[in-house]
Amino acid sequence: MTKAKGLEVSLAVAEAVKQANVDVIAAYPITPQTHIVEELSVYVANGELDAEYVPVESEHTAMSASVGSSAAGARTYTATSAQGLALMHEILFIASGLRLPIVMTVANRALSAPISIWNDHGDIMAERDIGWVQIFAENGQEAYDLSIAAFKIAEDHRVLLPVCVNIDGFILTHMIEPVLFIDQKKIDAFLPPFNPALTLDPKKPVTMGPVGVPEVYAESRKQCEQALINSREIVAEVFDQWGKTFDRNYKLIEKNGPDEAKSLFITMGSMGETTMTAVQELTDSGESVGQVRIRLWRPFPKKEFLNAIAGAEELIIIDRALSPGSHNGPVAQEVKALLYDEPVKPRVHNVIAGLGGRDVTVKDFKKMYAMSRKNELDPNYTIWGVRSDA
Amino acid sequence: MWEIRLHGRGGQGAVTSAELLARAAIAKGKFAQAFPSFGPERRGAPVQAFVRVDEKRILKREKIYEPDIVMVLDPTLLDVVNVAEGLKQDGIVVVNSPQSNEELKNRYNWPNVAAVNATRIAVDILSVPITNTTMLGALLKASGIMEAKDMEEVIMDRFGPKLGPKNFSALSKAFEVTNIN
Amino acid sequence: MAESAICAWQKLELGTAITTPGNSAELRTGDWKTLRPETDREKCIKCGMCSIYCPEFCISEAEDGYYPADLFYCKGCGICANECPKKAISMIMD
Repeated sequence: MTKAKGLEVSLAVAEAVKQANVDVIAAYPITPQTHIVEELSVYVANGELDAEYVPVESEHTAMSASVGSSAAGARTYTATSAQGLALMHEILFIASGLRLPIVMTVANRALSAPISIWNDHGDIMAERDIGWVQIFAENGQEAYDLSIAAFKIAEDHRVLLPVCVNIDGFILTHMIEPVLFIDQKKIDAFLPPFNPALTLDPKKPVTMGPVGVPEVYAESRKQCEQALINSREIVAEVFDQWGKTFDRNYKLIEKNGPDEAKSLFITMGSMGETTMTAVQELTDSGESVGQVRIRLWRPFPKKEFLNAIAGAEELIIIDRALSPGSHNGPVAQEVKALLYDEPVKPRVHNVIAGLGGRDVTVKDFKKMYAMSRKNELDPNYTIWGVRSDA
Repeated sequence: MWEIRLHGRGGQGAVTSAELLARAAIAKGKFAQAFPSFGPERRGAPVQAFVRVDEKRILKREKIYEPDIVMVLDPTLLDVVNVAEGLKQDGIVVVNSPQSNEELKNRYNWPNVAAVNATRIAVDILSVPITNTTMLGALLKASGIMEAKDMEEVIMDRFGPKLGPKNFSALSKAFEVTNIN
Repeated sequence: MAESAICAWQKLELGTAITTPGNSAELRTGDWKTLRPETDREKCIKCGMCSIYCPEFCISEAEDGYYPADLFYCKGCGICANECPKKAISMIMD
């Protein structure tokens, strides 16, 4: 086994994108994504990566240029955060509607106002319905691994959809930690060159993005949605292949802690590791508690999720975003909707934690657990740690 | 697990210190994390950086509230910030100061102190009062996390052939002269 | 209503692309006109203004230098007749 290298996770992601041998990078710098695209621009400038780096004037253009280059048959990468992702909004739908396998890193960051450069999942949750495959990484190693795997998933002819890999801003992007890198040869064998199904080619012209009249639009949306639903199996297949090839195993939904745990924390992203420590400490003190991590958010892996929570009496669902005016945060909405059809339903607590970079600690998770046992959490949702005079 | 909190001022290299320590520990086969107190920083403003070092995988992503070691790059911080906040009962304060361990211990009531006049060493060897690499020598000596020589590779990688040897020499000097009590 | 759909979603091209671009040329747009243009070759000076103004782009220069309208596409709007500087075009019942 090769030795782990200590470096900033952003640089590991840039390395992954380089090793994926992308043809085009179109990106606009925004905190906390900046180090990723800065590093890539250095690779392109010094010739380490033979790619076109398009220094666009906005994120709207970053995504527009990505659509164009992917349509021309180029392996295309971009990255952004928060307001940048919001500025891409309308083009994100075009990328999936045209079935273009763009890969994007979202360095998750809270949306303004007030201006926050710190982490939460508000940015990607506002883009839940863009029709992209959406994956959440938990640590630097995953960020590196999944950034490479994302191209394989996106470009699979059974998928042909854009993929976004979410990594928590600062908490992961600016963390220095050990990452194991893979030899270029092995990556080349795992990820063959992009073989587009349809390209903009003057010799064989096609029209991409025509009008979808009412007699076509519904079928067009169905085609994209079905591809997204079907992608669940391909994501699992690629993860499986990753495990066999590189000996690091990833599941769509991952359960940690004792099998028969009565209470389960549900988490997404980097919070999962801190939760694990809390789960371990609670288990050591005799509590029946475990954790379920959602790695694949879109398409939501219903079957795997229901299997993972089977037998649990109580779920403590941690959302890192608000869904203002709704009954719950986005993840809890998803889970509750899923549970409606189940004959046996666990109790659901929803905690919205870590908004705009607020630290969420092992102690916090233990306190959430204690409050859930005493039924002290709000029946809808609790905004964790929000200071109030009431 | 070692949990270390670094205090400095914006521009003094506390974040770089944290990074170098973590990288060296990882190069030695340990597990480590280093991260800044994220956010826009003004030059001269009090800043923090955090390091965790362990023999096994670290499953924790929160700031460090109860450090085993606090490292202070700038003596002028001592009367501005409570650097020892949350410090474990048997914790160590590694501090850049011309004062003796005893003097500091009496004044601040810290459990263990490892003081070194890092500004003096840095000015002598590096010709600048930047103490971040020097202080790593004191930290390693006081904690026993690693030997001074374990830092050489990352220091050379970070500072290059011109400044690398000087920084490593300053680190080694601090390692040599630092005492803990 | 499903009956109004052009085809099943499985039959749509990837991303609803059109792989036979330019197929609008096959669409007969001139099947409903009341009037059609007719050029008086005595008056026509072959200036081509009718071709420039035609909103359907269905008037183009022939080998003999005159500008006949392609009646497969011509909707009979009469703009060519209106713009002709020599009043050489008249609109007659189709």
